[in-house]
Amino acid sequence: MKTKKNILLQLFISTLYLSAFTFGGGYVIVTLMKKKFVDEYHWIENDEMLDLIAIAQSAPGAIAVNGAAVVGYKLAGTAGTITTIIATIIPPFVVISAISVFYTAFRDNAMISLMLEGMQAGVGAVIASVVYEMARGIVQGHSKSSNLIMIGAFIAAFLLNVNVVYVVLACILIGILRTWFEMEGRKR
Amino acid sequence: MIYLQLFLSFLQIGAFSFGGGYAAMPLIQSQIVTHHKWLSMTEFTDLITISQMTPGPIAVNSATFVGIKIAGIPGALVATAGCILPSCIMITLIAKFYLKYRKMTVLQGVLNSLRPAVVAMVAAAGISILQSAFWGGNSSINLASTRWSLILIFGICIVLLQKFRMNPIWVMILAGVMKVTASLIGGGL
Repeated sequence: MKTKKNILLQLFISTLYLSAFTFGGGYVIVTLMKKKFVDEYHWIENDEMLDLIAIAQSAPGAIAVNGAAVVGYKLAGTAGTITTIIATIIPPFVVISAISVFYTAFRDNAMISLMLEGMQAGVGAVIASVVYEMARGIVQGHSKSSNLIMIGAFIAAFLLNVNVVYVVLACILIGILRTWFEMEGRKR
Repeated sequence: MIYLQLFLSFLQIGAFSFGGGYAAMPLIQSQIVTHHKWLSMTEFTDLITISQMTPGPIAVNSATFVGIKIAGIPGALVATAGCILPSCIMITLIAKFYLKYRKMTVLQGVLNSLRPAVVAMVAAAGISILQSAFWGGNSSINLASTRWSLILIFGICIVLLQKFRMNPIWVMILAGVMKVTASLIGGGL
C-alpha cells in the first residue's frame, strides 16, 4: 500500500514530465495522461477517465490545466489538484519567462523579425484550418439552432465588437433554456 | 494597482474560456490588446506563434508573457494565478458533483450551445491575426500596404495543412523560412 505522500510525489513528477513535453493543445496532454494513469499505472478505470476528460472539457479554462486538476482530485483530493496544477504550469512558466526576457532583442533582429512575420501568416493558416474543421463539424450536426448561434456569435464578436464574455454568458443562458425546454417536452 | 488589474483580467480569461485550445484566444485578445492595450496586435500574434511551439496552454503562456512584460516575475505569478483559479474551483466542484450524480444533462446542453459560438469567436480572432499579418499593425486596409508575399505564404500553408495534412508546427516554421527566403531573393533585408 502506497502512502499518500508517495502518490503525490509520483503524481507531481509524472505530470511535470507530461506537461514539459506536450506541444500543441490540451487534447494531447489529456491523451498522454490516459496512457500514463490508466494504461501504465492502473490508477483510474478507462470509463472513468472518459468522464474525467468530459469534466475537463466542460469546465472553463485550459483543457490541460483542467485535465491535470481533475485527475489530481480523483487520485488524492484537493491536495492532488494543487499538486498536478503546479506541476502542469511550471514548464510553460519557465519556458515563456526565458523567451520573454529575450523577446525585444529577438524582435529587433532583422532576420528573426522577418521569420516571425512569415510565421504570422503560418499561424493564421493554422487557425483558418482549425476553424474550418470545427465549423464543418457544427454544420454537419444539422442543428438549426447551433448554426444560428454560430452566425450570431460571429456577427456579435467580429462586426459589432461585443465583448466575448457577454457572448459566452448569452450562450450559457441559451444552453440552459434549451435543455430545460427539451426536458419539459420529453415529460409530456 | 497593476497587479490587481493583471489578476482580474486573467481571472476573466480563465473563467470565460470554454473548449480549450484556441477558445481562449478571442478573450485574451479582447482583454490584453483591445481593453488594456498591454500588447500590440503584432506582439499578440507573436505570442500566439510562440505558444504553438512551446509547451503549455495559450492562456497560461499569455499570463506569463504579459505578466513579465507589464510587472516582472511577480506580475507573471499573479496573472498565472488568476488564470488557473477558476479552473481549480470549478473542477473541484464539478468533480465532487460528478462523483455523486455522474450525469450532467444541463451541462451537456450548455456545452452544445457554447461550441458553435466558440468556433465563431475563434474565427473572428483568426481574421484579426490575418489582418495584422497582411496589412501590418495599422488598421487601414488598402492595396498599397498589402504584403503580397505573406498572402502567398498563407495560401501555401493552407494547401500544406489541408491537402498534405502536415504538422502545424512544421507549417509555421516553414512559413517563417519562406518569408526570409523571399526577402533574401528580393534583396531587401
